[in-house]
Amino acid sequence: MSMTPAVSALRGLLAGLEAERLPGNARFFHLGAPGADGALGGPLACGALHEVFAAEAGDMAAAAGFALALAQRAASAHPAGGSRPLLWVRQASVEAEAGQLAAEGLRTLGIDPARLLLVRASSAEAALRAADDAARCPGLGTVILEPWGESKALDLTATRRLSLRAAASGVALLLLRPTGRPLPSAGATRWQVRSASSRPLPGDAPGAPAFLVDLLRHRAGHAGASWHLEWDRETCSFRDVVALPRPVVSVPVRRKAGHPAAGGAAPLAFRRAG
Amino acid sequence: MERTTGGLRLAALSQVARAAGLETGITLADARARRPDLQVVAFDPVADAAFLNQVADDCDRWTPLVALDPPDGLILDITGCAHLFGGEAAMRMRLLAHLQAHGLTAFAVVAGTPEAASAPARCGLGGLIPSGEEARRLARLPVAALGLPAATASGLSRAGLKTLGDLASRPATPLAARFGEALLDKLRRTLGFEDARIVPRRPLPDCLAERRFAEPIARTSDIEAALALLVEDVGRMLEARGEGGRAFEASFFRTDGVVRRLAVETARPLRDGPALARLFRERLDNLADPLDPGFGFDLLRLAVLRAEPLAALQIGLDGRANEDEEVAALVDRLSTRLGRDCVLRFVPRDTHDPARAGALVPAIGRADPQPIAPPEESLPRPLTLFDPPQPIEALAEVPDGPPLRFRWRRVTHEVARAEGPERIAPEWWRRLAAHKAQAAQEGERTRDYYRVENREGRRFWLFRAGLYERGGGSPRWFLHGLFP
Repeated sequence: MSMTPAVSALRGLLAGLEAERLPGNARFFHLGAPGADGALGGPLACGALHEVFAAEAGDMAAAAGFALALAQRAASAHPAGGSRPLLWVRQASVEAEAGQLAAEGLRTLGIDPARLLLVRASSAEAALRAADDAARCPGLGTVILEPWGESKALDLTATRRLSLRAAASGVALLLLRPTGRPLPSAGATRWQVRSASSRPLPGDAPGAPAFLVDLLRHRAGHAGASWHLEWDRETCSFRDVVALPRPVVSVPVRRKAGHPAAGGAAPLAFRRAG
Repeated sequence: MERTTGGLRLAALSQVARAAGLETGITLADARARRPDLQVVAFDPVADAAFLNQVADDCDRWTPLVALDPPDGLILDITGCAHLFGGEAAMRMRLLAHLQAHGLTAFAVVAGTPEAASAPARCGLGGLIPSGEEARRLARLPVAALGLPAATASGLSRAGLKTLGDLASRPATPLAARFGEALLDKLRRTLGFEDARIVPRRPLPDCLAERRFAEPIARTSDIEAALALLVEDVGRMLEARGEGGRAFEASFFRTDGVVRRLAVETARPLRDGPALARLFRERLDNLADPLDPGFGFDLLRLAVLRAEPLAALQIGLDGRANEDEEVAALVDRLSTRLGRDCVLRFVPRDTHDPARAGALVPAIGRADPQPIAPPEESLPRPLTLFDPPQPIEALAEVPDGPPLRFRWRRVTHEVARAEGPERIAPEWWRRLAAHKAQAAQEGERTRDYYRVENREGRRFWLFRAGLYERGGGSPRWFLHGLFP
C-alpha cells in the first residue's frame, strides 16, 4: 500500500508534535513518598524545568536541600544516573548569604561530593548562560541554577528556552530561588519549601531533614497541595511524615498559623494516613 | 641620567650625544659644561627591562628560543630556523630591518655560541662568525665585551690585560685564582671552546603552527578564520603523534611589535579542531580587554604548551564514553568563559576538621585523584558552611550546655532541640603555626559544636570557641553552617 505524500507529511508533523510533548527517551521520577506521590497524580518528568523557592529568607538551606533531594530522585530514574555529574550554577552573591557548599554536607544527604561540579557566575545573566549550555549536555544528570534575587534575565522566554533544552537532552533542570518572589515562568512544577521540625532522634537531637512543601504549580497535574516530607539518605527517597512519635511540637497547628495558604487537601491526607 | 652615590651621572647616550663627544659615567654638570643644549631624561631601569621584554616577545617570531641578556641584549637560538628565512646572513638582515622599522638601533651577530655572538654585539659590531673562527676573530675585542662586573674589568685592565687575546694567551690557573672560575668559563664560551645553550625565557612548546600574512589582518572574522586553520594544523600534528593538548596558547604578533597571548586550558587531552576553535572563540568573546589589532597582526601562532597521550577515540555502543566527553567539553567551555577558578569540583582531604574536609579545586586542572575513603559512619554535617564563621550572641548553660537562645542577623532563635557538644580541636600542627601568627590564634581554638533546631524547624550548626575550664575570658559563639 503506497502512502500519498500528504499523508506521510501529516504523519511526520504528528510525530514531531508528539516528540515535543513526549520525547521518546523521556524519563520520570517519583518522590518516593507514597502519600505525596498519590496526591501528585503521576510522576514528574526528568527532562523538564522544576522551580524550587524558599518560603522565607531563613529557608534557603531547606530549599537547597530539597533541590538536591529532587536532583537525587531524578538521577535515580536513569540507569547510570547515580554516577552522572550534578552541575550547580550559583550566582556569587548567594555564597555570601547562604554560605559555601560543603562536601561533608552533601554526603550527609546521600550525595557523593565527587559528582558535583560547581560553577560560580558573577551575574544572573552569566549564570543563565552557563545553565543554558549545561542543559544541552546529555552527559549531566541534573543542573541546578541558583540565581540571587529577582532577575529580569529569568523571564518567561528564558525559562521556556531552558525547559525546551531540558526536554531535548533529558537533563533535569532545577531553578533554585533562595530569595525573591515567583516570576512568570515555563517551569513544569513550582515548589515552595519551608523548614519543618524534624522527628527527634533519641536524646532529643534534631533528626533527618524535614520540609514543608507546597506545590504551587503543576503543569501535568493538580497544584495547591502541600506535604510534610522527610528525606531519607539511606534509601535516597522522601518519606511522608504522618504523625510525630510524640507530641513535641504540634506541626500542623504551627503550619496553619504561620502558613494560611496551605489548606484543603493536605490536612485531609494527614488524617487519613494517621 | 642616573642618580648614583657620586651625584647625577649619565647612564646612557643617544647617538647624537655620543657623536658630540659625551660618554656614559660622567657627571651631569660636566656634560652640561661640554654641551649646554643637552637634554636629559630620568633613567628608568624598570621601564627599560619592560621594553626589552616586549622586544623579546616580538623576537619570538623568529625562533621560539629567545633569552634575555640584560640590560640591553637578546640572544636568539636560531639553530634549525635560519633556512626558513633564507640562511643566516639573510635572516640577520631581515631581523635588523624589522627592528629598524620599529625605530630601534641594533647590532646583530651570528656565531656558534651565545657568548661568541653577544661579545662583539656588545661592542657595537655586527656580522657572521663561522664556527671555529671565534678565537681568531674575537682576539682583538676589549675585555669589556665579556660583560664582566666592574671590579673584575678594572682589575683586568690594571693587570694590563686589555683584549680577549691577551686573556687567552695567559695560563688559566693564575687567572682563575685571581678573578674566579666564572671569568674563565665566560672566556672559553666566548672563544668557542665550550658551548652552553641558552635558557629560553618561555618554555618550549610541544608543537606549534603559525601563519604569516603579507598583509596584516585586523578583522575579527579574519582572525577567527586564521585561528581555525592553525587549529587544524595543530590537530594534524597531534594526531600524528597520538597526543592531545591540555594547554594551548595563541600568540598574536602585531605589526608594531606588541604581542598578545591567549591561553586556553582543557580538562582532557584535546585535538578535535572544531572543539578547540570553539574554545578560542569563547575566549575571544569574553576578553576583559578586547584584542586590539592596531594596524593588524602579521603573524599568528598556535602553540601546544602541554600535550598528553590521547588514543583514537572509540565510541562505545552505550554512548557512555561519549557522555563523559561531552561533560568534559562543557567544563572546558565554561572554564574558558568564566575563568578556571569559577568551575570547581570537590576533592576530599584527609582531615577531621569539617571546614577543611572538602576542598574546591578547578575542575579543569584534573590530576589523577587519590580517592580518600569517606568515613563509614559520619555525623550529620551542614550543607552550607560560612567562611569565616558568623559571630552570634548566644545564651547557654555553663559549662557545656547547648545554647537555649541565640541571635543571628538580628533575629532571635529559640532552640527547641539540640545535640552536642561535639568537640573538634584544630589540628595541632596548625595550632603551632597559629601560635606564631598571633592574629590567627582566635580561630584556632578548640571548638564545641552543637547541632540545634529552632522552633520554626530550621537547623543550625553552632560552636563555642574555647573552653570554660581553660579560662581565657568568656567564650564566644559562632554560627558555622546551615542544615537543610
